[in-house]
Amino acid sequence: MAVKRHDGRKWDEPRPIVAKAGVIPQADGSGFFKIGDSTAYAAVYGPQEFHPRKLHDPKRGVIRCHYNMQPFSGPGSRGRPGPNRRAKEISMVMENALSPVVQLEDYPNTVVDVHVEFTETDAGSRCAGICAAAIALADAGITMKDMVASLAVGHLDGEIVVDLDGVEEHHKGEVADIPLAVIPSTGEITLLQMDGVTDPKLVLNAIKTGRDIVAKVAEVQRQALLDRYPADSPQWKALAKKYTEAKQ
Amino acid sequence: MTSELHIQERSIVVPGQVLATGLDYLPSKGTYRFNETIRANRLGLAQVDGKVLKTIPLAGRYLPQKGDLVVGRISDVLMSGWRVDLNTMYDAVLSLAEASNEYIKKGEDLTRYFAIEDYLVCKVTQVTSQNLVDVSVRGPGLRKLTGGMVFEVSSSKVPRIIGKRGSMVTMIKKGTDCDVMVGQNGVVWVSGEPKMQRLAFDTIKMIEEHSHHAGLTQQVKEFLEEVTGREVE
Repeated sequence: MAVKRHDGRKWDEPRPIVAKAGVIPQADGSGFFKIGDSTAYAAVYGPQEFHPRKLHDPKRGVIRCHYNMQPFSGPGSRGRPGPNRRAKEISMVMENALSPVVQLEDYPNTVVDVHVEFTETDAGSRCAGICAAAIALADAGITMKDMVASLAVGHLDGEIVVDLDGVEEHHKGEVADIPLAVIPSTGEITLLQMDGVTDPKLVLNAIKTGRDIVAKVAEVQRQALLDRYPADSPQWKALAKKYTEAKQ
Repeated sequence: MTSELHIQERSIVVPGQVLATGLDYLPSKGTYRFNETIRANRLGLAQVDGKVLKTIPLAGRYLPQKGDLVVGRISDVLMSGWRVDLNTMYDAVLSLAEASNEYIKKGEDLTRYFAIEDYLVCKVTQVTSQNLVDVSVRGPGLRKLTGGMVFEVSSSKVPRIIGKRGSMVTMIKKGTDCDVMVGQNGVVWVSGEPKMQRLAFDTIKMIEEHSHHAGLTQQVKEFLEEVTGREVE
């Protein structure tokens, strides 16, 4: 049994998190979420015109996620670029994780496109992607009843751990990785997957631990959105200088 | 149970944030009740109006509403009307009856009135539940726009650019000697001397970027007076 985590973290300590909003000016909303060495950029376009028309839903809008890992993002070997079965699946679970909070009935016949790109991946990418996407959706001004915060939990030889990294995921003994997404206000779980070896008791304990820690992730997301609107005053003087100098 | 307010007027709130607890407060636009709390459902500035809580959005695409004055672009000529792009996800239709005070004969070349890529100031006359939009250019101040420049701002910043009873936009007009039309959909048309157009553009962009700050009207007044070197009423 492992005595300590290989990087010195506590069992219930996530990797360092950096989150930002509004990192892609061209998009309607964007988010950046970095947890350890997993880095996600999310860009939201929409609600916008939806083609093809046969996919329209006249009662509610549609949310469409695109998950993509850059070929250079993995550890060493170059990944095969472009869509693949895994990306397609994760795109789908991300849609399911995000759509319960987004009030899509406000936008009938339209689509909200959420593009999530990964420049660096070291386990927990779908969780980082969901966190970045939630920031981006809020930044785009889309009505949503709450954020979605996401984090992986699991166990290493029976010890409950939070936010497994790449090394831990490939641990030689018994290991389970459980990506989890939670709506902070209600505690509802919108994503729950599992990969590895475990027993039901461990899973329940891991989820319980994860729910507490995920509140911290939600707080980081909230702060990222607040920092988007800085308190510093507008630089009128600098702008005025541009004009008065041009005149001379 | 006692009711308690958790936010200050004009503070920035994010989706899901608790604005107040207790049943004495009422949710309005951009907020909702969840059990005993009132929470924000969009990113915005909190506004407390007595017991009513709402949020003013800081971002988001334009959603057409009846009565809005907007700047649209003709995107297509139809059988009996025009399709108008309002910088939103829903297309608007300008019908023949709403296009002109003249009688437009059947089979007439509609591009004589409005051609593709023409910009016009129009009013949203109808929005259905499925967000089908009708617009009209019949009415005071509604017209085709010629000359000048067109640019986009975030539609949620438009109220700030227009100001209370038009105070901000009037000041920009006077300060820059430009004709300025700010559509509710975030499309802005500016016409005047090229240098002054540029000044109006920079001023509006600065207001857009810092719309969450208080006291902008006074700052804009001082800025325009400094640049133009004359008093702006």
